[in-house]
Amino acid sequence: MRGAKGTAFVNALAVLLTAVMLAAVFSACHGKRANGEFRVPGHTYGDGGTVSIDPDYELDGEYEITFWAKNDTNVAQTKIYKNAIADFEKLYPNIKVNLKLYTDYGMIYRDVITNIPTGTTPDLCISYPDHIATYLTGRNVVAPLDELFTDPYYGLGGSKLKFDAPSFDELVPQFISECKVNGRYYALPFMRSTEALYVNKTFVEKLGYTLPETVTWDFVWEVSEKAMEKDAEGNFAVSGKRVMIPFIYKSTDNMMIQMLRQLNAGYSDDNGGIFLFNDTTRKLLLDIVPHAKTKSFSTFKISSYPGNYFNAGECIFAIDSTAGATWIGSHSPLKEISDDRLVEFETVVLPVPQFDTGAPRMISQGPSMCIFNKNDPERVLATWLFAQFLLTDNVQIAYSGTEGYVPVTLKAQNTERYKTYLSRAGEDNAEFYHVKIDAAKLLLANQQNTFVTPVFNGSASLRNAAGQLIEEVVKSVNRSETVDNAYIDALYPRIISLYRLDQIENTDPAETGAGGKLPGESVALIAVLCVLWAGLGFYKIRETVLERKKRKREGA
Amino acid sequence: MKKIMALALAALMLFAMFGCVSKGGEDINKKSEGVMTYAQYTAAAIDEKVVIEAYIQAKQGWWENKATIYLADGDGAYFSYDTPCSEEDYNNIFTTGTKVRIEGTKAEWSGEIEIVDGVMTAVEGAGKYIAKATDVTAILGNNDELIKKMNQLVAFKGMTVEASKDADGNDAAFLYKDNGSGSEGDDLYFKVSKDGNTYTFTVESYLCGKDTDVYKAVQALKIGDKIDLEGFAYWYNGLNPHITSVTASK
Repeated sequence: MRGAKGTAFVNALAVLLTAVMLAAVFSACHGKRANGEFRVPGHTYGDGGTVSIDPDYELDGEYEITFWAKNDTNVAQTKIYKNAIADFEKLYPNIKVNLKLYTDYGMIYRDVITNIPTGTTPDLCISYPDHIATYLTGRNVVAPLDELFTDPYYGLGGSKLKFDAPSFDELVPQFISECKVNGRYYALPFMRSTEALYVNKTFVEKLGYTLPETVTWDFVWEVSEKAMEKDAEGNFAVSGKRVMIPFIYKSTDNMMIQMLRQLNAGYSDDNGGIFLFNDTTRKLLLDIVPHAKTKSFSTFKISSYPGNYFNAGECIFAIDSTAGATWIGSHSPLKEISDDRLVEFETVVLPVPQFDTGAPRMISQGPSMCIFNKNDPERVLATWLFAQFLLTDNVQIAYSGTEGYVPVTLKAQNTERYKTYLSRAGEDNAEFYHVKIDAAKLLLANQQNTFVTPVFNGSASLRNAAGQLIEEVVKSVNRSETVDNAYIDALYPRIISLYRLDQIENTDPAETGAGGKLPGESVALIAVLCVLWAGLGFYKIRETVLERKKRKREGA
Repeated sequence: MKKIMALALAALMLFAMFGCVSKGGEDINKKSEGVMTYAQYTAAAIDEKVVIEAYIQAKQGWWENKATIYLADGDGAYFSYDTPCSEEDYNNIFTTGTKVRIEGTKAEWSGEIEIVDGVMTAVEGAGKYIAKATDVTAILGNNDELIKKMNQLVAFKGMTVEASKDADGNDAAFLYKDNGSGSEGDDLYFKVSKDGNTYTFTVESYLCGKDTDVYKAVQALKIGDKIDLEGFAYWYNGLNPHITSVTASK
């Protein structure tokens, strides 16, 4: 009897423990019930991956979606978002869009990752592909878009759309290809920009140089050193001012990434392989040292916005996004410094400096749109419709005109309206501000010369690390530390550790399962479960052996 | 007369001593060995190593294991930017009023003098200290004098709320973001005037978020209101105080 009771107890305990542990595992997979895999409404999935699409399916429920958008502290962009929402809601009164505005990609990223565990992500957010790669480490957090793209009714340019959306072929191929992660589309491009070299041409010529159409890094360093010469009163000769930082780079991560790409040097690969810490990087860092020593070069993190120094005639070469063009120049419509600090000069917009001007390479950047998976797939479909609406000509042309952005659809780029806009550069210092339009033209002329870096879970950290290498070198030089090979030897492991680059793993779903690796807590709980099962097994075997021994003894 | 003078001096000394003690009773200007006085800190050059001890006055925020903090001792104030600190320590150890030691590098960003790349530790056994606001209304517009108050808790009395232009070009008592491009939860910008001069003040959303009294008070402002304000004398291309308190002028 004791044995039978013991077995029942063990079985009951096993069932209970299993239930408890599985519940714990699932709850560890992010606090709330995880979403199921996204299935496009109206699609029926058969054996062998076949899909049949119901032509009578209608999205006619009531939906409320949330859109976390990013503006560049630019009122015009805020208005465009609001107008787009109003226009969309007129077409789809059953879909309400709630807008939350950010001025920083990092803050959106921060809020999204904070909201993933509680299942309270927005429905749609503006994001960098690097960030989306991190969101993808959560199971079914982000909706894959491949099937939505091709849906004949609600897909790109679908027949049931109430607006004139672009087809897949009308998206700029380079830009849509940037939205593919691990072989699937997880984003839509919204706007594209690149970095530009904003040059105070007046000062360059005053220093005795002629600006080429594309400048080399050597040219920028040389002119910058020349600009450090002072007059008898101790003012900088070129400007007559007390402050001069001839060359300021806003995003040092882009600086390092572009330099490496221009030299065909390693940075990373699609599988999360990291090659940043190489000898080319070392040389580039050591090449910066003499210019940091003379203080002819600085960075945003160390000195502040390049545009402020540039507009005050205290900087000659400012590298910033083309999406910041309206903040650059003597007559820029947006500016942060007081009018009495502004200096009159001619601003020209050039590609970022190159090592080989015959084969220019520059980064492609700008906002993409990420759609989050929800328990209600129709809500995801409603979000998809709104995301497509943001690709319509009106929205694309209006938004791109707020800064030096370019539309991400060929459809918008080829409209007469957009071409006319570009042709009117310089007509005023507002809508047709020449620096802004020149910045957009720069990217349009170089779409084939742009590149993006591989996206994987951890690529955002790698990007930060690339910039931090430059920041550390410049800071150390400013602090009179010795920056040489020994310094770089010590810097590399410090940065690797700081950004946990030694912990980056492959996130390819083909290798790790559709949702990537399980969270650490889940792995730990599964391990505990295995140990408990082993314990239970041992207990059961022991009981059986004892029972047999007892029977044997009793029988004997 | 001598007796009166002696009594007055004694009273003054007592007052001065009282003003320089923390809640725990110690001298708030007392520094451990090797720690700079405020004067030494002020004299240090940009990019020079500095070591300070001061009391946390306000915490602007924590993110990715870095804290940004306002500090003060009896002589002046400090701003420590992105100082490494765990979230647990930020919430439990580095509380407002706590005396801390920071070893870092003096830096300047858009005019703001700050300590970067710092290492922060709590000074064990020290009492708590929160500075009272210094009224700087009389020196508004005088940047040479105001800059000496950088990062201190300062007060502005009898200011009048002026109109700002919102995103649609309409008059507004305050804006979300400096040009009205933001929404609730973003920094608040508003203009106030005194003696014909107008100044732009900010409620920094990391320091005082949308649920704080000061955020709500600014949202409730009307053009023409007479108000008293307190805040930290942050610098961004000139004085850009981070306001922490707004009340109706008495």
